[in-house]
Amino acid sequence: MDSALIPRGVKRCPTWQFILGIVIVGAVLLWGVFAMLLCWIKGLNQTNMNTAYGFAIWIWADLAVIAVGGGAFFTGFLRYIVGKDELKNIINFAVLIGFICYSSALLILAIDIGQPLRGWFIFWHANVHSMLTEVAFCLSCYFGVLCIEYLPLILENRQIDKVPFFHNLSHNMHEIMAVFAATGAFLSFFHQGSLGGVAGVLFGRPFGFREGVLIWPWTFFLFTWSAAACGPCFTILITKITEAIARKKLVKDNVIELLAKISGWMLLTYSVAKIADTWYWATVTAPSKGFTLMDFYSNNPLYGIWILILEVGICGVLPALILITDKGRKTSFALWAAVILAVIGVCLNRWVMVLQILAVPVMPFISWHMYFPSWQEIATTILPVAYGIILIMISYRYLPIFPQEAELNPIEPPTYAEEDKQEQEEPVETQEASNAPEPEMQPAEA
Amino acid sequence: MFPFSFEWVWDMDHIVFHGGLWYALNIMGLGMTYCIIKAAWDTYKGKGGHNH
Repeated sequence: MDSALIPRGVKRCPTWQFILGIVIVGAVLLWGVFAMLLCWIKGLNQTNMNTAYGFAIWIWADLAVIAVGGGAFFTGFLRYIVGKDELKNIINFAVLIGFICYSSALLILAIDIGQPLRGWFIFWHANVHSMLTEVAFCLSCYFGVLCIEYLPLILENRQIDKVPFFHNLSHNMHEIMAVFAATGAFLSFFHQGSLGGVAGVLFGRPFGFREGVLIWPWTFFLFTWSAAACGPCFTILITKITEAIARKKLVKDNVIELLAKISGWMLLTYSVAKIADTWYWATVTAPSKGFTLMDFYSNNPLYGIWILILEVGICGVLPALILITDKGRKTSFALWAAVILAVIGVCLNRWVMVLQILAVPVMPFISWHMYFPSWQEIATTILPVAYGIILIMISYRYLPIFPQEAELNPIEPPTYAEEDKQEQEEPVETQEASNAPEPEMQPAEA
Repeated sequence: MFPFSFEWVWDMDHIVFHGGLWYALNIMGLGMTYCIIKAAWDTYKGKGGHNH
């Protein structure tokens, strides 16, 4: 039914199967939309927010999706600025994942502020002393950059590409994509960092407070570093999941291994910096405020010292050591384990830096503030996941997301004959196909 | 916020914050304008269609 929209040289599941998948995930999406509308119509009393937790569970979801979405800016930086040419085969998917993550982050923020009609206040009545203002500026602008990076992919759809203006627009955008990628890297550096900076400047909360350079606490640099390290791991993870569901190889091993290797070294250096930062904080910063390390990890039902060991050791050093070794990257199980651990690690880091901070008592007579979200918060946090799955399904089906797919999965001869027959029926399309660029090439390269 | 807004103050904070915002928005705006105009020109010249 929709075969005319599917990229040439690749095979997709039957339409009914695709629609069934959309309907199943769409049901989850609708549940989230219902909860979102409840929050907007009835107000934030639908959440379990209180004076200790003024941002609900959403603040963690927001920081986590922004961290794992960091794969888009870092892969773009490596591809266009550093010149790692092999990454052109995964950059489209990295951009798609980044687009999903950042649009989700903005959606979560729109729910979290409770009054989205006043969302523009932060731009017009900007508090120029706030790191969150910087986050809002850079986040919105970077989402604009991601839209610009995602647009050529849409324009490369088989039918849209037939329109000369759209073909030329896509070609021109690819030509100057390095400019947009550089802008994206600049914006990402600052908003990832400022999200960490927010925790680091809280001198009234010694669990988060850190010293630093000029106005930037060490958490500023650690957040950017961890996003650049773990973002590509998330890209690899989603690529592997897509390959498992599609039951075919979509990206060559050398591309995945290159990204995994860079990610591994980034993660290793980040882990060393994080350990040094934690050590200094535990032995100098926290005691100077009247706390010992174990004050932050005892007398509560959830936050034990295990969370620190899990975050820094098991989900930091361990995946880094796997990813920097050639054998680790080439072994499928080890690679899966490493990228999953790295993604859990960065999500756990964001949890600790925004939710554990709020839980820790800051006065001797205050007990720990534990928190459990309402079902509306859970539904609206799952909403972006369903939205992301649907967008990946649609993009994978109709857009040339994986340039190496046709080469890695040659279609059987009978299907070629069917395509020839179909092309004979469409002479104009055939002529265009002969003029079209090679499947592995971007329009600019063609 | 623009310099002619009543809330604007000519200090380093406003210049750095809003300067960065306008810088990024200008790059995106000018980049897209260039691409669209060039695409329109190329289409007018017959590129990208059957003769491409």
